[in-house]
Amino acid sequence: MSFFLDSFTVAAVSAGAFFFLAGSVGLLRFPDALSRLHALTKADNLGLGLVMLGLLPRADGLLAALKLVFVWLLVLLASAMVSQMVARVARRGGSPS
Amino acid sequence: MVAATLALIHALLLVGIAAWTIAARRTFAAVVGFVAYGLLLSIAWVVLSAIDVALTEAAIGSGLTGVLLIGAAARLRATETAISVERPGPSLRWLAALTSAAVAGAIAIAVLSLPDPAPTLAPAVAQYMSVTGLGNAVTVVLLAYRALDTLLESIVVVFALIGVWSLAPDRVWGGRPGPLHEADPNGILAYLARLLPPIGIIVGLYIFWIGADLPGGKFQGATILAAMWLLVMMAGLTDAPPISRTWLRILLVAGPLVFIAIGFAGALTAGAVLAYPDEYAKLLIKVIEAALMPTLVLTLALLVAGAPERTARR
Repeated sequence: MSFFLDSFTVAAVSAGAFFFLAGSVGLLRFPDALSRLHALTKADNLGLGLVMLGLLPRADGLLAALKLVFVWLLVLLASAMVSQMVARVARRGGSPS
Repeated sequence: MVAATLALIHALLLVGIAAWTIAARRTFAAVVGFVAYGLLLSIAWVVLSAIDVALTEAAIGSGLTGVLLIGAAARLRATETAISVERPGPSLRWLAALTSAAVAGAIAIAVLSLPDPAPTLAPAVAQYMSVTGLGNAVTVVLLAYRALDTLLESIVVVFALIGVWSLAPDRVWGGRPGPLHEADPNGILAYLARLLPPIGIIVGLYIFWIGADLPGGKFQGATILAAMWLLVMMAGLTDAPPISRTWLRILLVAGPLVFIAIGFAGALTAGAVLAYPDEYAKLLIKVIEAALMPTLVLTLALLVAGAPERTARR
């Protein structure tokens, strides 16, 4: 049982790390502010979600697991809001470079 | 082996981003580097099991200071090109670099020349901690053994706020800090400013309350509460209070005054200034922290809001 849980953790956290890597590459390589934002938020949401999912079996107790989920939800909220605002500035022609 | 490699990568990242922050030409880029540096540093504190320091570094060192520096960078943006033309001469820059390197080197020598194991008062703190009834050794040090430092700290932030206020022109003295924030009332910022504060207020109060027994405390909790207030102000849902308001000024000095009063009462009841009678230690420490909390929230938020720029009328 614990072998399966451990493999699950390794697989999910590695997949999360891959999304972070892909997001960082996108942030560096994409041509304009909007597509860079797209890469960044994808990486944050999916990458952190997968890392959180992988760590869930290792949380001690239900409360700690719920806290992990809650942290992910807060990051989702923050990154969605902030990217909206940055995108708005970028569309108005300001340079958030 | 894995842990050592991770620590090495972490240390290299920290030094790298510190160097980049110094080398960055644009003020805004340097501030972004500083915030990232602070967040990496707070992870380093977590690795060292100093959770209290990590929380403070993330909340105040990186978060609040970062916001203050971003505000400063935004104000300087208009004059930045003009200023970057008049760069200091090479001799002055070399002198500054040498002085900074000398200070860093002296600190490094002092830290590296400590005997192993380093002298510590931790066992003494752990031995007598139970007398105060608190469970978090850091809070015991901050409010019992080194209460004087904490008292002066809480006064210094109020002085800093007075310093910011004194930058106001005479005609708006007593007015509202900062520009009037007008955001779309149905926009994304107003939505966030309605959604997040209930969560943030609970988290902030929890971190303040748990500080007696677990990592946390008033400074970290107050920063979160101040951030929530600033969010609501920036979304235009409420306005900063005019700095001439009596309730505001009373709350600003209430924390340090309660601290001083309990401190001097200790001279009569416990035999020394800033000492607590044993059976009431936990209660008195909580009273001091509860009184400091509004002072800190107001001070930290109004430090970010800035000097008065408008008269009390909107």
